[in-house]
Amino acid sequence: MNRFKLNDRMIPVMITLMLFAFMYSFGMFRYSNFTSPQVFFNLFIDNSFLIIVAVGMTFVILSGGIDLSVGSVIALTSMVAASLLLAGLSPIIVIPIALLVGPVLGFLMGCCIHFFNLQPFIVTLAGMFFARGLSFLISVETVSINDDFFRFMASTRIPIGNYFISTSVIIAIIVVCVAIFVAHYTKFGRNVYAIGGSEQSALLMGLPVGQTKILVYTVSGFCASLAGLVFTFYMLSGYGLHANGLELEAIAAVVIGGTLLTGGVGYMVGSVIGVLMLGTIQSLIAYEGSLSAWWTKIAIGLLLLLFIGLQRVIVHRNDKKKNTISLKDTEGSDQIAR
Amino acid sequence: MTKSRLFWPLVVLAILLLINLIYDPSFFVIDIRNGHLTGSLINILNRGAPLILISIGMTLVIATKGIDLGVGSVIAMSGAMAAFIVDGNLGDSERLFPLFLAIALAIGLSAATGLWNGMLISRIGIQPIVATLILMVAGRGVAQLITGGQITTIYYEPYSFIGGGYLFMLPFSIYIVAFVLCVALYVTRRTALGLFIESVGGNPLASRLSGISSKNIVLMVYMFSGLCAGIAGLILSSNVASADGNNAGLWYELDAILAVVIGGTSLMGGRFFLMGTVIGALIIQTLTTTIYSVGINAEVILLVKAVVVLIVCLLQSPEFRKKISGLFSSSRKTPKDEGVNHHESL
Repeated sequence: MNRFKLNDRMIPVMITLMLFAFMYSFGMFRYSNFTSPQVFFNLFIDNSFLIIVAVGMTFVILSGGIDLSVGSVIALTSMVAASLLLAGLSPIIVIPIALLVGPVLGFLMGCCIHFFNLQPFIVTLAGMFFARGLSFLISVETVSINDDFFRFMASTRIPIGNYFISTSVIIAIIVVCVAIFVAHYTKFGRNVYAIGGSEQSALLMGLPVGQTKILVYTVSGFCASLAGLVFTFYMLSGYGLHANGLELEAIAAVVIGGTLLTGGVGYMVGSVIGVLMLGTIQSLIAYEGSLSAWWTKIAIGLLLLLFIGLQRVIVHRNDKKKNTISLKDTEGSDQIAR
Repeated sequence: MTKSRLFWPLVVLAILLLINLIYDPSFFVIDIRNGHLTGSLINILNRGAPLILISIGMTLVIATKGIDLGVGSVIAMSGAMAAFIVDGNLGDSERLFPLFLAIALAIGLSAATGLWNGMLISRIGIQPIVATLILMVAGRGVAQLITGGQITTIYYEPYSFIGGGYLFMLPFSIYIVAFVLCVALYVTRRTALGLFIESVGGNPLASRLSGISSKNIVLMVYMFSGLCAGIAGLILSSNVASADGNNAGLWYELDAILAVVIGGTSLMGGRFFLMGTVIGALIIQTLTTTIYSVGINAEVILLVKAVVVLIVCLLQSPEFRKKISGLFSSSRKTPKDEGVNHHESL
């Protein structure tokens, strides 16, 4: 196992990590309050749902697809949960039903993408409209939640030393751990990487391409629903406009985390760091005070540009390397080893 | 006749208009009030003007197998830019100079965004979805930067002419759309450019090898899309006499893609139908009007759009057609139908 050797694929993640460390220390240097560990924990508390969504999105992007429906699924999940609770059902029934929303929609979208060979972009776009429309169909107004269990989940503080995290952070961490395991140590994970690398080759190798593709969208849907539930704990309400435009933030986090948008290359950890980076930008801008919120968008845009440019350079270099390998085929073995 | 690409979109449009007629018998009536033609049909054309413009630009982009997600942001930026100019000291309502300056700068800015997208895609080789995503995220930030995060209200009178003015009894925006449409139709159907665009969408490498400057065609198409979005931004901001960096043109990129797809242009590139797109945009606008006039909850329109996108895409998918014709394989009509479909796709 040469996993700790720095290979090409790790470079974007390393750059992301370094940039994150740099930004964070810049914050600590500039604002005295930023040094408190609580600020770091807050990054997780405020972004736990985004971490969960980004994990699902990473699977989709690794497989070479894209899922634009996640923000709407969060809204729909929050709406379903809130309206069922309003109807007097107990959380034990409500939570499983709410968690089913995303996987069902994701499964249907995956089927459309696989069986009818439609573009993921347009199918998930329809899914996005559909989920938001459905949540508005349930109710146009905000539905607030008064359930004891939801309140408990919202207000519980888990102490770490003098500081605290919330229950949603625990859920997010579990999701990330499971995702890392699934992506790197299971057949499904390998298949996802293989399909993203080259769907044609994966098909010729006899991998279950269709099944994996459908499953990828189902997983993303599940992550979105779980994120929706966490988001509901956070907001204690259901509303059709919740998480508007979140899909863009999730995609941005995944890209900044070093996952190649063409699929096949990337790490779950990268996406988590990507989310933390977005969170840091937001808190830096909040701490600065004089800067307004829209600078966040510009900063995210610039970061996207930086990392997409970086990806381009790496892909270009790999292509060149491949060419040299094929040219010097006779002395190929030591070239490949390098 | 049914073989025409325009047939089904036109049928849908006609059905929508008929539904309106049932709910409101005076739907087709066009009056003359204060020397202006008024009526629901004129309204649909007027309200639909920005969408038609953007969809025209989007059609050419999609014809090259690309996509432009940044148009909504460009709408916001262009409106913000114009508002910034006419809202300042220049905004004294006597002179027309600020109006032209605002239009020039707003359109210049939108062309520049198109150039930016086009450079990223044609020169650096980034996928269109990703490259335009950058502008989609950052563009709204820039728009808010220009307006200072506030919704700028425009008090400058001449500016309202772009979106709300009348010329020869018709809203001025209709003339803008007609002009852009005619230019686009002329350039793509009367010169070789349309063929070049289709060939780049079909196979960029083959077109480059056959002597077409693929990169410049792609660059130009994105600039045109940016330009269309910029003009649409002017119309929209002039209509409401304000510029809102956050919400102006929200979801327009999706509506435009929807209009293009309904119009029969495939997302796979290589073919485009400008008139189909215009009808597609009119269908979306009529749908919105219908939903309001029938009294259905306005938000439900998202649901309807989702179903429409899905059906249109399924109908375009060869796999779906094969499966459906497989279901009815016993029926003797099928080979003929498939023959027609095959013919259409050629």
